[in-house]
Amino acid sequence: MTATLGRPGVEPATGRAVRLSGVHKTFGQGDDAVTALAGVDLDVAPGEFVCLLGASGCGKTTLLNLIANLDRPTAGDIELTTSRPAVMFQEAALMPWLTAAANVELPLKLAGVGRAERKTRTGELLELVRLSGAGAKRPHELSGGMRQRVALARALASATHTENGEERPSLLLMDEPFSALDAITRDVLQAELMRIWEATGSAVVFVTHDVREAVRLGQRVVLLSSRPGRVVQQWRVDGLAGQDEVNAVDVINRRLREVISSHAAA
Amino acid sequence: MPPLESSTAEPDAAAVEAGLDALDTPVRPADKKSGWRRFVRSVLPPVAFLVLVIVIWQALWAAAFWPEYQLPAPIAVWRELWSQFTNGDAFGFVWTSVHRAVLGFLIAIVIATPLGLLVAKVKLVRAGIGPFLSGLQSLPSVAWVPAAVLWFGVEPAAMYVVLLLGSVPSIANGLVAGIDQIPPILPRVGKVLGAGRLAAARHILLPAALPGYLAGLKQGWAFSWRSLMAAEIIASSPLLGKGLGAYLDDGRFLNDMSTVIAAIFLILLVGVGIELLVFRPLERAVLRARGLSGAL
Repeated sequence: MTATLGRPGVEPATGRAVRLSGVHKTFGQGDDAVTALAGVDLDVAPGEFVCLLGASGCGKTTLLNLIANLDRPTAGDIELTTSRPAVMFQEAALMPWLTAAANVELPLKLAGVGRAERKTRTGELLELVRLSGAGAKRPHELSGGMRQRVALARALASATHTENGEERPSLLLMDEPFSALDAITRDVLQAELMRIWEATGSAVVFVTHDVREAVRLGQRVVLLSSRPGRVVQQWRVDGLAGQDEVNAVDVINRRLREVISSHAAA
Repeated sequence: MPPLESSTAEPDAAAVEAGLDALDTPVRPADKKSGWRRFVRSVLPPVAFLVLVIVIWQALWAAAFWPEYQLPAPIAVWRELWSQFTNGDAFGFVWTSVHRAVLGFLIAIVIATPLGLLVAKVKLVRAGIGPFLSGLQSLPSVAWVPAAVLWFGVEPAAMYVVLLLGSVPSIANGLVAGIDQIPPILPRVGKVLGAGRLAAARHILLPAALPGYLAGLKQGWAFSWRSLMAAEIIASSPLLGKGLGAYLDDGRFLNDMSTVIAAIFLILLVGVGIELLVFRPLERAVLRARGLSGAL
């Protein structure tokens, strides 16, 4: 086991992109109420890559929706010091009536960016996801992996513009973005995401239920318990390779299984 | 067997990705059927059916099954049509009815679109108006003719009222159905991309609802045309000008079955013509752009 592995706490990072303190989320009211999240505390540093890991029903998607401001916490605070987060879902959810390029352009249009600048920015982003040649195609003419890359470019377009002329750190929220893809495509897109993360310096919160994926991509893995979701344990997995990476996957996997089997008794 | 490690050089990531893109891109079936074959497959069957109907008609007439004033010969109807076309009256009838139907239909779009948006997006409005809007759709708009005549007299205004009551519910309901069928992920995406309420309606809701909206428009046009014909048949006055409905009623009044059938033919022709020339190509273009062209 590596020295950084298995430590319950992780030293506070310098600066903060996201801070969640005591976040609760309950759906419904009265007897039917379901508590999805019960007191989640989490900090993400600018440029940090954090993977949220957990079994079904651990509220990881709920947590992401709260950070993305798609939903409000029942209690607790969420502070973002970043620009509007770029969000990617499990499905690409491209607008089927727009071409790939027009999909990437949409958030720029919504933000009131001028036409010439929109074209340039769209070109750059398509280049970044290696789809320069596919800008004129419609979503149904693209493969699953290509659609997901267009979705990534579109998400980045919604985030990277500056607000009030002030440059703010960017934040990318991803909800199991590769889980619907075949294994080869997933592997390639994971590498692609690492390249883009390094190129943009964006902080990433990546939700997954795949331990291997979490360890491969993340600098830090945060394990959530299920019903209600809480942070169980965190591991720093930055720069692990070879046997260390295999060990880390083993350790985290074992802990995840413990958390899941504790539900069988209840 | 060669050793597992480093037996080959790692290919460039970009190259792997390009290869995957090429392999995984959906292959479009070659849509290269010749125009002639498409013509044969789409035009020939209805024409053949029409010929069959005329043949049966001719046979029934020849058998003198019904008296002449109930079933005239096909050639008598043709002569009636031909004379109406050659003396120019037919164009007058068609113009009077069609310009009124189109104008009324455009007004219906202007009224129904915001109405549909409100019903779809505002819960209270949906709860209040929604059931009546659906109910109104199943009420034959002829039922409004007496009321419209009492309110507005036998004037064009009465025609428009009947027409609007017939088509507005269809268009509004079509838009509501279109909006209800939008995958819920799209508005969420709109929100995270930074769309406010108005921008979301303009850039996401309306385009996403377009197929349903178009279906509503198509039905709305059919209802406009029907309502107008019903109103023209029931209420006739020199103030209204002579449209196809009035021409049809002439046939009844004069006991002239050839005129009746000729008028029905013209009414059908306008309905089918607008469908084929306006709505079919529009629908096709919209569905094809979204990769949903299977049905057409």
